[in-house]
Amino acid sequence: MSVTVSMTVNGKAISAEVEARTLLVQLLRDELELTGTHVGCDTSQCGACVVHVDGKSIKSCTVLAAQCDGAEVTTIEALATGDTLHPMQEAFRTNHGLQCGFCTPGMVMSALDLVANNPDPSESEVRDWLEGNICRCTGYHNIVKSILDGAKAMRS
Amino acid sequence: MHEHAIGLPVTRKEDFRFLTGHGTYTDDINRPNQVYAYILRSPHAHAAIKSIDTSAASAAPGVIAIFTGADWDAGGVPCGWQVNSKDGSPMNEPPHYPLCKDRVRHVGDQVALVIAESLPQAKDAAELIVVDYEELPVVIDMEKAIAGDSNLVWDEAPNNLCYDWEIGDEAEIDAAIAGAAQVAEVEIVNNRLIANAVEPRAAIGEYARGTGQYTLHTTSQNPHVIRLLMGAFVLQLPEHKLRVVAPDVGGGFGSKIFHYAEEALVTWAAPKVGRPIKWTAERNESFISDAHGRDHVTRGKLALDADGNFVAMKISTIANMGAYLSTFSTCVPTYLYATLLAGNYTTPQIHCNVRAVFTNTVPVDAYRGAGRPEATYVVERLVNEASRITGIDPVEIRRRNYIKADQFPYQTPVALMYDIGNYEPTMSKAIAAADYAGFEARRAEAAQRGMLRGIGVASYIEACGIAPSQVVGSLGARAGLYECAKVRVHPTGSVTVFTGSHAHGQGHETTFSQIVADRLGIPFENVDIVHGDTDKIPFGMGTYGSRSLAVGGSAIYNAIDKIIAKATVIAAHLLEASEQDVEFVDGQFRVAGTDKTLGLGDVSLAAYVPHNFPEELEPGLEEQAFYDPANFTYPAGTHICELEIDPDTGEVEIVSFVAADDFGRIINPMIVDGQVHGGLAQGIGQALLEGCVYDQDGQLLTGSYMDYTMPRADNLPAFQVETSVTECTHNPLGVKGCGEAGAIGAPAATMNAILNALSPLGITDLAMPATPHRIWQAIRSATPAAAAE
Repeated sequence: MSVTVSMTVNGKAISAEVEARTLLVQLLRDELELTGTHVGCDTSQCGACVVHVDGKSIKSCTVLAAQCDGAEVTTIEALATGDTLHPMQEAFRTNHGLQCGFCTPGMVMSALDLVANNPDPSESEVRDWLEGNICRCTGYHNIVKSILDGAKAMRS
Repeated sequence: MHEHAIGLPVTRKEDFRFLTGHGTYTDDINRPNQVYAYILRSPHAHAAIKSIDTSAASAAPGVIAIFTGADWDAGGVPCGWQVNSKDGSPMNEPPHYPLCKDRVRHVGDQVALVIAESLPQAKDAAELIVVDYEELPVVIDMEKAIAGDSNLVWDEAPNNLCYDWEIGDEAEIDAAIAGAAQVAEVEIVNNRLIANAVEPRAAIGEYARGTGQYTLHTTSQNPHVIRLLMGAFVLQLPEHKLRVVAPDVGGGFGSKIFHYAEEALVTWAAPKVGRPIKWTAERNESFISDAHGRDHVTRGKLALDADGNFVAMKISTIANMGAYLSTFSTCVPTYLYATLLAGNYTTPQIHCNVRAVFTNTVPVDAYRGAGRPEATYVVERLVNEASRITGIDPVEIRRRNYIKADQFPYQTPVALMYDIGNYEPTMSKAIAAADYAGFEARRAEAAQRGMLRGIGVASYIEACGIAPSQVVGSLGARAGLYECAKVRVHPTGSVTVFTGSHAHGQGHETTFSQIVADRLGIPFENVDIVHGDTDKIPFGMGTYGSRSLAVGGSAIYNAIDKIIAKATVIAAHLLEASEQDVEFVDGQFRVAGTDKTLGLGDVSLAAYVPHNFPEELEPGLEEQAFYDPANFTYPAGTHICELEIDPDTGEVEIVSFVAADDFGRIINPMIVDGQVHGGLAQGIGQALLEGCVYDQDGQLLTGSYMDYTMPRADNLPAFQVETSVTECTHNPLGVKGCGEAGAIGAPAATMNAILNALSPLGITDLAMPATPHRIWQAIRSATPAAAAE
């Protein structure tokens, strides 16, 4: 069974006819070619697929595209302005908060939701928040530093 | 100093694309007219396939083709390393076909390849395939596997034995142990782990009928090796008609070294269906098809004289191979494990026996550190046990037995010749950073809060930069292990480097660019690093065993030497000077003692526009080097873990973790620190959280991220990283390698800390992973009062 879904993705209105079982991440990656959002686990554990839906971070491997009909979706591709990185992206760059880069888009999108609700988080609050994101490369040390640094940059 | 010089913490060039979602991983690639593969896998650990009925599946919507073992007309996936048993007989090497022909041997074994217009259609169709299995007896436990002839994984492998190998003289060492003052003994399990790169494996096979050209995009750490193994041994395709591309790869940690069945399947099937075929693993599929790591059962003895000096070591290990021999599986418990058992110490005599066994489990192969973490774990647990039985402080007993700085080069009794090292200053840095002297006060303070506090020390050495082709060849490697580099200076002076190394998170584009920019005196931005495509780079061996910088970087260094040599000839001609008088300094060719100079761009332009060129000189400025090192490199260090255990719950909190390492010369300290952090996380993960659990029927109970405990941010501390430098003596960069150190030192440091914390209760042994449940049980068993509550 196919359904028609319409939503705003990165500020652009889109409409697509997809199978009803299509997940949001499949719509983003396969139909819209926004391949910055990644799939790492299929069970909502790793967080590589985190995007924002109506301003909140969600795991796009866990929601159906049809559930996001009419929503406003933001992916990693929308954060930088031309060649200028968003302050959170810049903080990951300067703090070596990434290695292979696969979990990174989800980490950045998740971090932004944390900072939106808690502009000045502590280290332990950052570590707690990252409960839903797995990184196998960095040991989290530099990711935590990046998020603290990015939050500081966003406050100023 | 150049702003991107060697030694500076230059931020990474690759980060912009990763941070903006513009990385290109294999699953991000879609080929025109592509179809999708789904692999039906065995639900049984061991069963005979009586029949397979694909008729209903073949008629399902969107299905293009279904292949089973009966259709497979090519070779088996090869093992890359021959190990002989101690009696001289070759290892037992069963065939490994990408599609099972008559029997499945582990949960996840490939039974059928379904190809359809869409992935959901392929999965739907796979559910319609009817396989008639006759279940067979299963063997999971290694000690049971080797104990008798029942439950054979392979009929042709009695006692499920792959090989029975040894190094050292057993009789001599038994005599030394019998005459020793004291003997420390341990029985340990090195728990089976899964690398779990967050990017699942993926492969896209293509065939161009017009040219007869095959292309495979795959998540690999070494595309040339995959091309060689798959082309020459499995599919028997001419190499020049096979291109293997490994684009951005989302982590490897060893698990993407190996040649996997899925790569062969999509390439083999592409001409049959006439369209590109894409396969991407789901995570639960990764758990039962990626090679696992570690998995040893070991008994060890360390004999000491009356002064606490080590006199002999005897190790007996059973190593799990799983159901098939993965690419490098056979060398891991032998040449990458037993040869490291001298550790950092002057133990004069060592014997090691390794029996490799088949079980009905996923194949086991190299995982971050590969053999060295297992060796370090047994050595450092033995050293701590020696400390306990002699009453000599753990730091002091290590210091007493260290190989001293003036003893290098040092020939160990287990084959390796360490070129250089200086272990004492590195340990001193760790001790200072951890405030080792202040520990007892902290332990007393913790005890007042009802907490058990412990500190654990582990020293390690690793053999990196694998390595001299002649040596690995003599040890059974079926390949050379050198590295290649081609340096192309473009007419305007910018540079492209083609390297046989492969990057999957290590930041080679930055580190290698630093080397080039530093040596050629050109802007960092003017250097591009190309890797991962067999059509672009010379034959290279890829990245594993911390070999990229020591071997790959050295190849780049030598190719640049050739560039400078040729450019000097051209510059001398243009400057009308003698070659001997032209020096290359800060990116300028200068006639010594004059102000006559030429930039690299001027020289390269002349090389490509040779209007005024010496007759005997070829135009162009492009050079290539293949570098085969004279020895391994030997990074070493000491890690110290301090932690607290809540005796009511068994929960562990790591209070501090210090890693002090000697990696030789450092090209980019920021990247080195990051590599150490990542390794520590995996090492601590092994000690506290991670481990595969099979039930006796061979079902993998830890088969997803919901069951297999991956370390998360709140499981780990902030790390303290200290570095000391003794440069490698035999490569031009003086570098050693850093990628695996954390995973090698951390398990022993963490477990020694846990046993130290539990020592007041008389607990002297605990298995990894030391989960809260396991620790709680140990505490309850050790304290009758607590158990009675």
